[in-house]
Formats: sequence, structure tokens, C-alpha cells
Amino acid sequence: MTAIDPTAHLTAEQIEELGRELDAIRDEVIAGRGEKDAAYIRKVISAQRTLELVSRGVLLFSFFPPAWLIGTAGLSVAKIMDNMEIGHNILHGQWDWMRDPKIHSTTWEWDHVSPADQWKHSHNELHHTYTNVIGKDNDLGYGIMRVDEDQKWHPFHLGQPLWNFINACFFEYGIAAYDLELGKNLHKRRRKNPEFRARAKAVGRKIRKQVLKDYVIHPLLSGPSFLTTLAATFTANLVRNIWSHSVIMCGHFPEGVQVFERRSIKGETRGQWYLRQMMGSANISGSRAMHFMTGNLSHQIEHHLFPDLPSNRYAEVAVKVRALFEKYELEYVTGPLPKQVFSAWHKVFRLSLPNKKPKVKTPDREQELVAA
Amino acid sequence: MTSATLRSGAWKLLEMITTPLLPSDYLDLVSPLRAGADLRGRIEAVHPETADAATIVIRPGRGWRGHTAGQYVRIGVDVDGRRLWRAYSITSPTNRQDGRVTITVKAIPDGKVSNHLVRRAKPGTLVQLDQPTGDFVLPQAKPAKVLYLTAGSGITPVMGMLRDIDFDDVVMVHCAPQPQDVIFRNELHDLVTAKKLRLTEVHTDTDGMLDIARLGELVPDWAERETWACGPAGLLDAAEEFWSGHGVGERLHTERFRPGIVVAGDGGEVTFSATGKTVDADGATPLLDAGEEAGVLMPSGCRMGICFGCVTPLKAGAVRDLRTGEITEAEPGVLIQTCVSAAAGPCDIER
Repeated sequence: MTAIDPTAHLTAEQIEELGRELDAIRDEVIAGRGEKDAAYIRKVISAQRTLELVSRGVLLFSFFPPAWLIGTAGLSVAKIMDNMEIGHNILHGQWDWMRDPKIHSTTWEWDHVSPADQWKHSHNELHHTYTNVIGKDNDLGYGIMRVDEDQKWHPFHLGQPLWNFINACFFEYGIAAYDLELGKNLHKRRRKNPEFRARAKAVGRKIRKQVLKDYVIHPLLSGPSFLTTLAATFTANLVRNIWSHSVIMCGHFPEGVQVFERRSIKGETRGQWYLRQMMGSANISGSRAMHFMTGNLSHQIEHHLFPDLPSNRYAEVAVKVRALFEKYELEYVTGPLPKQVFSAWHKVFRLSLPNKKPKVKTPDREQELVAA
Repeated sequence: MTSATLRSGAWKLLEMITTPLLPSDYLDLVSPLRAGADLRGRIEAVHPETADAATIVIRPGRGWRGHTAGQYVRIGVDVDGRRLWRAYSITSPTNRQDGRVTITVKAIPDGKVSNHLVRRAKPGTLVQLDQPTGDFVLPQAKPAKVLYLTAGSGITPVMGMLRDIDFDDVVMVHCAPQPQDVIFRNELHDLVTAKKLRLTEVHTDTDGMLDIARLGELVPDWAERETWACGPAGLLDAAEEFWSGHGVGERLHTERFRPGIVVAGDGGEVTFSATGKTVDADGATPLLDAGEEAGVLMPSGCRMGICFGCVTPLKAGAVRDLRTGEITEAEPGVLIQTCVSAAAGPCDIER
């Protein structure tokens, strides 16, 4: 909803045609899903489990500094793999077609304090359906930040660079609170709502298990390495949190990404829905390793168009999607990670202040100046 | 503390160590066939039997409870990355020394699983297993005279019986299009040579279909024999009519391989079996809408197929994906997105 609508040059027919072309891309991938894809996700899952096991094993000797470094690095990567390429994507139903009950959106649980089912609701349902619609998509600043000029400014936003930094460090807790809609539900009356209480209890249980594992049991198992293992798991969680926060910020916050008004999605057609996903998301460019470590959320645009396609297919889909962007003369927002992270943070700082007054002098203002 | 409480305490500690996964998720990496694991088996060999049939040798996991001759096992095989379950008769004897079991599979036209097993299955592959089941089995007391009446792959459960127990007087009538289509032909002929079996092969390409009414010409004392019959529905229907027509219906035991006859249509009667509601839905109405209109509490989410918040078991029948037109048939463990699926014929949604 920026001043100039970057899609204004498209006719309604063109938008529906674009939708059909995207549907065709989707159908092609679905028809081609098979053994190779299944082998891919199984390989990633067993690699993650092996890496986590080995890293935890190495951390038993973490009083020895090289062991600490190796174990912490391994555990950080294992946790990132669990959350990004495995957890996020399985919980999107990307692998449900395999009919393997162990790799399924209804059974998967991840190394994260937000229980999978609550996250699926706030993320898959609210965020993915209402992407970047002000007032409907709470991912737009997570309810603690202002990330677009069209959002109302409040003095609270002055502190948002700090809120954002704290949120990055404790991102999994931020997400859990966010999935609980804590801001809205902490009012006295809502706090007593049994449905909310049940969900809060589930989060409490999950936090207890996660904390017990990372900060009590594994350090205790390490015996003389108790403190160093504790520090290692804390570091791994911190690294994972900051990494996933950065990747996710790059998905919708960099400059060039559009937001939408609530009334703009009334009676939205399939083509218009696709167009909103295209304009509301941004990619990260980089190597294959980079795409893997972001859980292929570096292909955020493709992910938002086709959230249920297997993540290992986004790279090939991206080539076709990008060609459509060019064909329809739309801006494909992408860039290397440092650039995108900087752009997103820049926005966070910029919008912590109220909007600058338009530079155009109004006649009234001129008169005032003259009078002065 | 008893050892049981100690064990469960140790297990709880293990669960705390591996949360949010389970200890078994890690153990499966190294020992998928161990005791206590979900029941699986490893394919160890594939032996061709005829041009379109093969015997699959499987080492079952430690949890395998063993079978009775004539029983079948449900087996879950990943075909093109998708897990599909089918039932096959067990053809190995119950006392096989090496602990392995065999199924013998005939590739049927367009059969996804059967063609995969016969033509592409590789030793080393893991498959999912259920415990063996089925009541097409021999009685405790040995009958004096036995008749096996089989056709095509209907011979498989009977072969399990033949290999398991020697009877004093066994006759087999087996139908197959041509001699080379007879599964286990060499082994059957060896049994004949050893005078353990009297065999009549009916080659339907040259002899025509077996006319049950003339069974007496092949086996004059058929009515005195305890009979096990397995084959196409037509043969079994005729046999049942013939046996009961002669007042000896209780001597006949039949096994019907469940035919896959889900006919995908356009719309149909939708049953919500958990709530006991039934509605007629057309081929364009999402099952989610149909259920909600009938007052069934349906899980829902984005209503456009992207959030997977509405996935629900499909217990019977077939549904069509409204976006792609793809048909999904009910199988154990099959879940569908009700918001983008419509009835393709009668179906049963577990809600």
C-alpha cells in the first residue's frame, strides 16, 4: 500500500493469467514428487540426528576448549537444521504426501519452546493466509514493532530496535508468546479463558521439557563439564535464535516489500492472492549451503506462493517464478543476507520514529512561515 | 524398587534426554529391526517365480509374532516416495530355520505396489509390517482328505499350507492361463513326484475356464474333502454355491483377496463416522463445508489448502482434490485436506 502501487500496470485478466501460470508450476512439481524427494528429507533428518548426537557426545568433554568449540558449533547447526529445513517445512505439510506417519505435519514436534500445533495455527494459518495484511497478519512486526509507514506510530515504538534485539536473542520464547497472542490475552478476563489456559499450559510443559533437557540433564550427564556444557547449550540456542530471527526478518521486512490494507483482500481472487504473496515477500541470494541453512526460506517468495511444496524444490521453482516476475514487470526483491538483514534493521530503526512530514509545502504552511 | 519401575524410570530419563524426539527416533538410525521398535522388515532377496510373479524374502523385526499357515500380512512399501499398504499371503512355512518369511507377489496391471515389489524391489530395503492375520488356516485336527482349489495368485496362501504340513491325502486343482504362469510349478511337480500331492492343472487359455459343476470329473470324492479355495471372486462364488448346493458348505473354506473396486465418481454420500452423520455432497463442495453444514465439528484453518490445519483420516471411499483433480482412495493412515477435497463417490471421513 505504498504511495505508488507497483502492480498498477496489470489488468485483472493479466493477474488471473499470472495465477494460472503459477498453478501450472505447482502442478508440475506435484506431479514430479517422488523417491528422490523422500530420500532427501530422510537423509536430512538422519544427518541432523547424527550431528546432534555426536555434538552432545563431544560436549561431554567440553571442559576441554576445542571440544567445547566443536560441540557448540555442531549443536548450533543441528538446532538450526531441526527448526529450519526440517521442522518448519514438515509442519507446513510439505512432506505429508509421503504418508509416513513419522514425517508428518500432524505428528512432528520440534526443538523449540512453541508446541508444533500452536505454531502451525499462527504461522501456517494466520500468517500464510493473510500475508502482510495490516491488522490481520501479526507477523508484521510481531505486535511489538512497526515495520511499515502505514502502521500507526506509538511512543512505545521508540524502543523497537531494543525490543527487536531482545526478541532475536530469545526468539523461540518470543515465538511461543506470539503464538499464545500473549499481548492480547494477558487482560484479566481473557487470562481466565479455559482455551487460553490450556494453550498456556501446553507451552509451559514444552518449555519445561526443553529447559530440563538443555540446561539440566545434558549438563548433569557431562559431570565435570557441567558448566561448560550449560554454556554450550545456551550458546547453541542463542546462535539458532539469532540466525532464525535474521532469516525470518529477511522474508518480509526488507525495503521494497509491500503491505496491504485489510479491505484490499475482500473477495480476493486466486490470482490476486498469488500477487500479494509475490509482492509481500523477499528472498535471500546465496550458495546452496546458505539456502539449506535457512531451510530454503531464502526462497521466501516461492515458499509463500507454494507453502506446501517440498523445500528441496524451491530452487528450481525460483527460476520459473523469477521469469514470471520479469514477464509481468514486477520487482523480485532479493539480495545477499548481510544486505537484506541491514535493510530490515534499517527499517526497524527508521520506523521507530514517527513518519517524516511530507516535504511538499502546503499553502497553509507557507503562510505560517511568512507570518513568522 | 522393582526392576520394572527402574526400567520405566530409566526410560523416562532417556525421553528427557531426547525430547522433543523419542529415544526410538535415535535407535531407529542404528537398529530398525530391534525388539520394541515399530514392526518392520528388511527385504533380503527377491526371487522371480514366473514372468510376472516374484517371491520376496523378508527378515522381520524382533517384534514379529509368527504366523499360521494360510495367513496374510499387511506390508507398507514406499513406492515413488509414497507409503502404500497392501496385504499378501505368507508363502513360507511357519518353522523356517532362518527366521525369514516370504510373500509371493504377482504383478497386476497398473498395480503400483505389486509391480514395484516384483520388478524394482531391492535387497536391503526396509518395509513396514503388521502382525500376520487372517482365518484362512488349517484346523488343529488333521483332516483325512484335503482339496485345495486355487487359481492364479490364489495359490499363495495354499502354498504356505502345503509347505507347512504334510497331509496323507491331498488333491490340488489349480487354474492358470498357461503352464508357464503356474507359480511354484517346479516345487508342485516335485511334490507330485514324491507322491505327496495329486495335482490337476487347468490351463485356461487352452482348456477354458474351470466349470465347477464338472469338478466331480477331476476329483470324484470332492464332497468328502475338507476344501480350501482361493482365487478370483467368480470362482469362489461358484464354489460356494456348488458346495452349499450339495449340503457340504461347512467343508469349504475360502479366502478372498480384497478387490480394489473403489469407483471414483462425482460427489456422493459422505459419512462422518465419529459423529454418525451422513450427508449427500456434490463433486464441487469441499468436505469441510459439507461437514460443517451437517453440524459436524470439523477442524479447519485457511480454507484454501495451505495450512494443513484440517487434515482428517479418510476411512473409506475416494475423494478428489479440487485444485488438481487428483483422486485419493482410502487406505489405513491416509489423511486428506478436507478444505480442498470433495467426495468422489461415497466416502467416510473420521469426524
